[in-house]
Amino acid sequence: MDASSEIFSAVALTLKLATVTTLILLLLGTPLAWWLARSGSWWKETIAAIVALPLVLPPTVLGFYLLVALGPSGPGGALASLWGARTLAFTFEGLVIGSVVYSLPFVVQPIRNAFEAMGERPLEVAATLRASPLQAFWNVAVPLARPGFLTGAVLGFAHTVGEFGVVLMIGGNIPGETKVLSVAIYDYVETLRWREANILAAGMVAFAFAVILAMTLIEKRVARPGA
Amino acid sequence: MRERKENAAPGRIEAAFNGRLGAFRLDAAFSVPARGVTGLFGPSGCGKTSVLRCAAGLTRLAGHFSVDGDVWQDEAAFRPTHRRPLGYVFQEASLFAHLSVRRNLLYGAPGRRPPAADAGTGFEEVIGLLGISHLLERAPANLSGGERQRVAIGRALLSQPKLLLMDEPLSALDRGTKDEILPFLERLHERLAIPVLYVSHDMAELERLADHLVLMEKGGVLAAGPLADIQSDPSLPLATSREAAVSLNAVVTAYDAAYGLATLKVDGGEIVIPSPAGRPGTPRRLRIAAGDVSLARKPPEATTIVNILPARILSHRPAGSHEMVIVLGLGAEGVGARLLSRVTLRSFEHLGLAEDMRVYAQVKGVALAPAGASASEVASL
Repeated sequence: MDASSEIFSAVALTLKLATVTTLILLLLGTPLAWWLARSGSWWKETIAAIVALPLVLPPTVLGFYLLVALGPSGPGGALASLWGARTLAFTFEGLVIGSVVYSLPFVVQPIRNAFEAMGERPLEVAATLRASPLQAFWNVAVPLARPGFLTGAVLGFAHTVGEFGVVLMIGGNIPGETKVLSVAIYDYVETLRWREANILAAGMVAFAFAVILAMTLIEKRVARPGA
Repeated sequence: MRERKENAAPGRIEAAFNGRLGAFRLDAAFSVPARGVTGLFGPSGCGKTSVLRCAAGLTRLAGHFSVDGDVWQDEAAFRPTHRRPLGYVFQEASLFAHLSVRRNLLYGAPGRRPPAADAGTGFEEVIGLLGISHLLERAPANLSGGERQRVAIGRALLSQPKLLLMDEPLSALDRGTKDEILPFLERLHERLAIPVLYVSHDMAELERLADHLVLMEKGGVLAAGPLADIQSDPSLPLATSREAAVSLNAVVTAYDAAYGLATLKVDGGEIVIPSPAGRPGTPRRLRIAAGDVSLARKPPEATTIVNILPARILSHRPAGSHEMVIVLGLGAEGVGARLLSRVTLRSFEHLGLAEDMRVYAQVKGVALAPAGASASEVASL
């Protein structure tokens, strides 16, 4: 494989991983954030702390336990046996699961904040206007929490693109399957291919800048009512 | 009142709620007609808003609630808020920030679009009545406080409610904005047949709007009944308060253009005010403060006071240590509308006033609640 197709493959894989992860995170994170924002249950902060663990834990610690869980004797292995595989470790599916766990707080927290900032009132108003709880959620809560969803999605996506430690632990370095951008850069540096490393690294800098700029602009636009 | 049989009377709003809300205990029951405006009045923290939230199902306490025979809550069942045909206007307009005024208005409308002409309160009628037709495409953030509250009222009305619940809709607004909205509420009152429960701690608002009054104190109901009855009941705190007054329903009978004086008929007498009150037959509401009514035992002669009404003393009660509040029935027999008069203790004893005595009530000031959107006018005679 020549350098450019190598780079292309790593970039494509990374984008695919981040997109799939972000979609799953929005699907899982929204009900979780809703529950964290609105439940009166005493153990919700316990759940919130567990969700936030990846913020504090070294990626290698997280990666180690994920490796155990995804391996042949963990639940991941049991899941993989359904389609005849032996393990989820060192597979794309395994990477998605790891990324979802790792990026969960980055998606849940902004959405939870947005739901909390909205308060009870808009939902009460919706109920007095005959909206069922589900209708109120879709017509009122989700649009009002839109900045939170955008921030969560962008952060979740960007964070997945940038992850390294966890990927290295559970994904290894299989081109086209688990060799994502950050691992590829590491690989190039190890093998003294500075030019390729530089292309990818510079690309990441541009990407990070674009993400932050886009987020600021989007939030400004969303914050302006009637826009 | 607590032992009243729990039924769902047609033509009435029946309410009974009791339970704890944090440290606050609510035990309130009342029955009022399911037409016109019923004011829920009392000091801050007396549980008015809690009653309204219970009626809406936003707060759940034990009890029952029915509107015109339709049970919304009883021992067996609790209808969630979104299954109750109500409109709720909160203290703050609480418009949906992400929707335009038009989409806010139509959020609760059946089928989310303007209803057919014959289906309840029409879109055009409501926006016309509230004067918001020029705001439809705006975002809520670009409205003034008064405009926002008008949109919130319109939004509640367009959900085709069987009961309108209003929780101090004017209290978050400044004086000028209040005066901008009150006439709209009065117009609604005249035009729409929807019964209203209206929470307020401002008696001046209720004197203009309410037909019935539920007087609340410390989580309970002191009294409920027609506005004028509650205002003039000397055993209740309203009649002996500084702001004691009665509201009278009057009908214009004549207008003397030469002197600019309108004559209005009230139950048991006639009142003259210096204002074109409308064509003969127009119903108007008057307010007469207890402090504006003095008494004479003989028909006064050579006086500039225009309104001197024969009346009979029905009861009296001390107000503070040096004043008396006297309840009058208009007319020689005292069977007409009631009036309050506050006099000094000295005058009271000097004139030898007593129950059942015939007197002449000299009315120094009459406030005419504005019709439609005109400004409030107070006539000093």
